[in-house]
Amino acid sequence: MNATTLFGLCGAALVGIGLYGLITNPEPLRKILAFNLLGSGVFLLFGVIARRGAAAGLGGDPVPQAMVITAIVVAFAATAMAIALVQRLWDETDRASIGSDSSETAEEKS
Amino acid sequence: MPAATALEATTAGGALLVLAIVLPVVGILLSFVLGGRHAGRIAALLLPASLSVACIVFLKVWQSEKSLSYVVGNWKPPLGITLRADGLSVAMMVAMAIVICLIGVFAHANFDSRAASAETRAPMVFWVMLMAISGAMNMIFLGGDLFTLYVALELLTFAAVPLVCLDGRAETLQAALRYLLFALLGSILYLVGTALLYGSYGTLDLVLMSQRVQIEPATLAAATLMTVGLFAKTALFPLHLWLPPAHAGAPAAASAVLSAVVVKGSFFLVVRLWFDAMPGLLNVAGSQLIGALGASAIICGNVVALRQRRLKLLIAYSTVAQIGYLFLMFPLAADPLHLQYGDALTGGMLQAISHATAKAAMFMAAGLVYAALGHDQISELGGISRALPMTMFAFGLGGLCLIGLPPTGGFLAKWLLLEATIATAQWWWAIVIIAGGLLTSAYIFIVLSRAMGRPSAPLILRAAVPKYQEVAALGLALLSVLLGLVALGPIDVLQVGRPEAPMAWLR
Repeated sequence: MNATTLFGLCGAALVGIGLYGLITNPEPLRKILAFNLLGSGVFLLFGVIARRGAAAGLGGDPVPQAMVITAIVVAFAATAMAIALVQRLWDETDRASIGSDSSETAEEKS
Repeated sequence: MPAATALEATTAGGALLVLAIVLPVVGILLSFVLGGRHAGRIAALLLPASLSVACIVFLKVWQSEKSLSYVVGNWKPPLGITLRADGLSVAMMVAMAIVICLIGVFAHANFDSRAASAETRAPMVFWVMLMAISGAMNMIFLGGDLFTLYVALELLTFAAVPLVCLDGRAETLQAALRYLLFALLGSILYLVGTALLYGSYGTLDLVLMSQRVQIEPATLAAATLMTVGLFAKTALFPLHLWLPPAHAGAPAAASAVLSAVVVKGSFFLVVRLWFDAMPGLLNVAGSQLIGALGASAIICGNVVALRQRRLKLLIAYSTVAQIGYLFLMFPLAADPLHLQYGDALTGGMLQAISHATAKAAMFMAAGLVYAALGHDQISELGGISRALPMTMFAFGLGGLCLIGLPPTGGFLAKWLLLEATIATAQWWWAIVIIAGGLLTSAYIFIVLSRAMGRPSAPLILRAAVPKYQEVAALGLALLSVLLGLVALGPIDVLQVGRPEAPMAWLR
């Protein structure tokens, strides 16, 4: 197994873990962390694709590298916005959940 | 590849496409430089300017019957980025610019930033985000490669989420957070697909992609991931859970933008993906599955809408149902056995446009009712149609368009879709279209009959409603009615720039 395949498999594993966490975790903060994990997997995938496209004496295809920088910026902005929303929600309600109303009332009762 | 080389040069008037994207961005930057108090005035200048650019591009494409393109920095694809305006993009661009302008007129009453002595948050955010949505939508319509479209999609999401929680109440913050998380899942799935496609074909340009694309596992995986991600952003059943609280909780003008304009952006990307980037790749099982999701959205959305007690929630669930109609065009237009390309595609796009006008009018009307009564409980609407006749007339006209009665745009759209069901011998979709229309008419009738009934107590209006807000709502409703007449005029523009042989991979 060469390095490219290894990194590709790492990326796939990160995507899998992130996707699982994003779907199953109920708390928004954990969802945001899972989203970042998922994002890291995708960025690694871009790196692998750049490496596979290496030609003309370059170590990697520059186009996916350029795209991954944009994608990182976008993911950073998204994370910042999500955290700002979570914090504001916490300030307003002392609770940051996005569950449906029934689970909230259950929490209030307990 | 003569078609590709012809497209790769910047055409005359191509710079207008750049202008369509840059104008709203200039407005946003100016709002930050000059201060939020001027944001409303800047938007009042720039949104009509953006509309006129869209109209000029529309006329150019319609008259020359050729798509416009602009190669950014003269770097040709696959390295560079191309902006292209074909028939689909110019039609959507003009329609969305008109809707955004009229929403701006309506919102002037609620978000007038000049009255306040200091800069206030809500008006500043509203106008900046409205311009951002206008720019991002233009970028989605004009973007010529999948990564530019990804960036545009993200811009659209980041502009839409703050609109949900403009008033900062806890439940709207929660709705916004849920919307953002759904949208992030959607965009990251789209990004995975983009990476896989670049890895397979070495390009993301739509035209080059359509020439190179083949049926192979990586392509299908990428296409599936991207489609599911876009479904989450478009709120197609069963990924619609975020939409009703987000759209119903926002202020009326913001709900109108979100419901009429924003969901159409990700829908447009699904169309771009399957009809432009990968023409002919959608097989029967896949297109039937998309159609089945659309049909479930129509039935579920309408049935749940019938059971709502609040007017804004009813309209939001009606959006869920109407989004379903948009996806019915996939089994009808992408059927490889029949190659019925034109009519169903036109019907689907027309449905997107007529839903945008009608739904914006209905959300505005609901907002005016809420402002006048202080609530929007459907059971206590009695007498409102006497107090606000113009508003309820606009609501009714919008409803007619959603039901699909002639001569509205909704009628023409559903007629084209019905025709396509017969032409491609897929009668089961016809049942869904007709049943959906019946269910829609049921809830529109419930609201209108309540509104025209007698009030239980003498009706006291809490606030006077500005006339021009009512006129804006009525204007949009009339547009949705008159859209049915485009059959006589510029409807052929939608076919400009369509590939003549959609089955490139068969050759």
